[in-house]
Amino acid sequence: MKKPVNYSGRRKFLKNLSIFAVGSLALSGCGPVTMKEFLQKNFRTLSKKEKDDIIKDLEKKYTAKYGKEFHVTDEPAAGGVEFGYALDLSRCVGCRRCVYACVKENNQSRDPQIHYIQVLQMEKEKGIDFAHSDVHYNPELVPEEGYFYVPVQCQQCRNPQCTEVCPVKATWQEPDGIVVVDYNWCIGCRYCMAACPYGARHFNWGEPTIPADEINPETHYLGNRPRMKGVVEKCTFCIKRVRNGKYPACVEVCPVGARKFGNLLDPDSEIRYILANKRVLVLKQELNTQPRFYYFFGV
Amino acid sequence: MKCYLKTKLKIEYLLFLSVCFLIIGCNDTTEAYKLGQIEKINPGSKSYLKHEEIAVSPPPFTDGVFPCNDCHAFRKPNAVRRKLEWHEDITDMFNHDSENRWCLDCHDLIKRDSLRLASGKLLDFKESYKLCGQCHGDKLRDWEVGVHGRRTGDWNGKKQYYLCVSCHNPHSPKFKPLKPEAPPFREDAEIK
Amino acid sequence: MNFFRFVNGSFKIITKGSASYYAWVTFLILLTVWGGFGYANQLAHGLIITHMRDSVSWGFYIGNFTFLVGVAAASVMLVIPAYVYHWKPIKEIVIFGELLAICAVIMCLCFIVVDIGNPLRFWHMLPGIGILNFPSSLLSWDFFVLNSYFILNLIIVVYLLYCHFYKKEYKVSFVMPLVLLSIPLAIGIHTVTAFLFNALPGRPFWNSALLAPRFLASAFCSGPAILLILFQILRKITKFEIKDEAIWTIAELMVYAMFIYLFFTVAELFKEFYSGTENILYWKYLLFGIGENHEIVIYSWSSIIMGSIAFLLFLIPGTRKNFLTLNIGAVLIYGSVYIEKGIALIVPGFTPDTLGQIYVYTPSITEVRTAVMIFSSGFLLFTFLSKIAIAIVFEDYCIDDISTKKREEKVGKIPVAM
Repeated sequence: MKKPVNYSGRRKFLKNLSIFAVGSLALSGCGPVTMKEFLQKNFRTLSKKEKDDIIKDLEKKYTAKYGKEFHVTDEPAAGGVEFGYALDLSRCVGCRRCVYACVKENNQSRDPQIHYIQVLQMEKEKGIDFAHSDVHYNPELVPEEGYFYVPVQCQQCRNPQCTEVCPVKATWQEPDGIVVVDYNWCIGCRYCMAACPYGARHFNWGEPTIPADEINPETHYLGNRPRMKGVVEKCTFCIKRVRNGKYPACVEVCPVGARKFGNLLDPDSEIRYILANKRVLVLKQELNTQPRFYYFFGV
Repeated sequence: MKCYLKTKLKIEYLLFLSVCFLIIGCNDTTEAYKLGQIEKINPGSKSYLKHEEIAVSPPPFTDGVFPCNDCHAFRKPNAVRRKLEWHEDITDMFNHDSENRWCLDCHDLIKRDSLRLASGKLLDFKESYKLCGQCHGDKLRDWEVGVHGRRTGDWNGKKQYYLCVSCHNPHSPKFKPLKPEAPPFREDAEIK
Repeated sequence: MNFFRFVNGSFKIITKGSASYYAWVTFLILLTVWGGFGYANQLAHGLIITHMRDSVSWGFYIGNFTFLVGVAAASVMLVIPAYVYHWKPIKEIVIFGELLAICAVIMCLCFIVVDIGNPLRFWHMLPGIGILNFPSSLLSWDFFVLNSYFILNLIIVVYLLYCHFYKKEYKVSFVMPLVLLSIPLAIGIHTVTAFLFNALPGRPFWNSALLAPRFLASAFCSGPAILLILFQILRKITKFEIKDEAIWTIAELMVYAMFIYLFFTVAELFKEFYSGTENILYWKYLLFGIGENHEIVIYSWSSIIMGSIAFLLFLIPGTRKNFLTLNIGAVLIYGSVYIEKGIALIVPGFTPDTLGQIYVYTPSITEVRTAVMIFSSGFLLFTFLSKIAIAIVFEDYCIDDISTKKREEKVGKIPVAM
């Protein structure tokens, strides 16, 4: 026979669920979450001093964990800049160099595996048809006869559905157009993943693992700093690099030069030249997401 | 016959070596072409090439093949189209409108260390893109503005361009197939 | 102080009971513990031990959540016919309907908590201390209406029982407006939950204007099914009086709901299959499978078959008025809607995923165990609450019983609830 106390505990459990969840989590020791980290506010409501404090703590923590001198910045968007991206479908050969350059630059988890870029192999006869595409193609050599390749990553929409649906404003669009996630504020409900029409958002289903010798210690708070279990992450056009004037990692590595990047507000930029002189398309234009990621045919 | 060939080769080899030694120190063309050295592209009057800090990669010569004059200075120029006894690797692979064209459509007969436009104007190897642009004008235009070809560096400043020949072998320009990197994990396979 | 004694009295009720009551409670606790260990495992390793992945990022948990929102909504909706047809025990119907609603809402919130990656950060959603993305995010709307609905029902039930307990007459002018307010809120929670899915243009399977109406219609099938059985049990073991006619009327209303649901679904299927756009893929996956992947077909067809049988049993007057076939029908429709909401609504929305890739999702054992934990603790709560309500409403358990302690021998006679 159970004791009354037991019942009362159950009832409390059901009635004060959030409290119970907090308590049981703390007890089960599901992660070394410090009180300070637990109480940390949304990044956008932090003062300069609070940000600096948090960043210093993070640098210390990461340096200790990975045995490398870590740098975390919170470099804000520069004025007069709106990033745009264009991908030449007539050039891409589907070699996936971009996928792994991205993984390395952005410290994505190796196991469980997270790839920001999905390269879809499509049949030339069918055109852009997701239903008949394949991400798992693995021939000896690419490109394969009769196929073309459509790499898909975050489209950095002007009208992003993912940020709209987030119940806690943990993800937002920066002034330079990059959609970012505050990993310390995300509750992991994955509503943004259901909302994203491009499969661009990825969840840390388990504790992310990155070999210490492959870690990239130059990081941005809203980008490639190491993430924790249970949060959503995504492509940020390599925010750490592009806010320092560098090309994103995927642009630089592309052996066929299919990837183009630049400032949409600069009339002399490569990206503006493409918009003016090539015929571009965006994926799923009927959804009115208005991507800043264009596809074009360079030939 | 066999013996004769052998000695001929030997002599040529010796000559080549001695010339090489002579050139080191006085010829800075080789220096400039060393990998990692960057050449400024001349934007000329084209307004869309606003960024001055654009650099192109050095021409990707096979080791020891340049300057050409090291060997060709000792050979009699011959403008007749024929099967070469030398440069077998190039003649074997040659696939660049090979029915209608051969070496001297791009290389100068006399000034071996230069390329030659159809007009007869001589070009440095560093400017080989202009030669390519004679036929592939649309590609050249795209390349100049950064739309054709690979770029590295700063999206808003110093950029490095790669010459056409960095990606396309000029003697067989079709881009060669690559081995793809590993496909993503099959998650349902892992669960089943 | 008075309220404390009320709580104290209620607490005494749930600790005393017959052997079968104890057996039922022990059984539920064992299930909760068994499920709880599964959940503990999930807490330790993360959601990686569920079968959800980036392609199918919501699964069984969100399906259960959606189903329970329907149960919560529909149980209160029964107040409408009770009111319209002037059924005698309207107060009792209100009380039990709302008790069920309370438990269902709590289970809903539990399913949200187990589904999120960082339950510790749940406070980020609380207005005031956290940031609620209101009104932009439908999830924040859902959170808001679910909590309002929960609080409203809790107030009504506690007030009614409290008055009964102190043998006071309750103020109709206080209760009636709240009851009437809870009806649009009940429609509200289900509509908002449907909109939660509906609002995603990137998921064509859910992006149909008929989704919310279908949600409501299906909720009107499953919610009353539970109450139908509950009322029969209550009628047997307490002095709760509900006429056969009232039960048949509920069943009749369920037939209308089923018919409307069927009609909406047929309309949806016609549109999808006749126009045959690329969005047909999701329905194809649900009903026939795509290529080698048939794992989900068994769920959709079992739901369809159970629902059809239930519809026939409820439609034919002979079987509707026969309590055996009626109860079989109630169980079948409950099961049908459960599978439909739990699996057949969520999974095809994600399969194939937005980039056309197929990841075959079926719940993992951890997901099943966690769901069992929540359901059994929810049932446990409902058992306790019903027991308190039965004692107070039907057995005149009141303040005198604790003050004079004369009730001791009476307690043993309280029969098992559920």
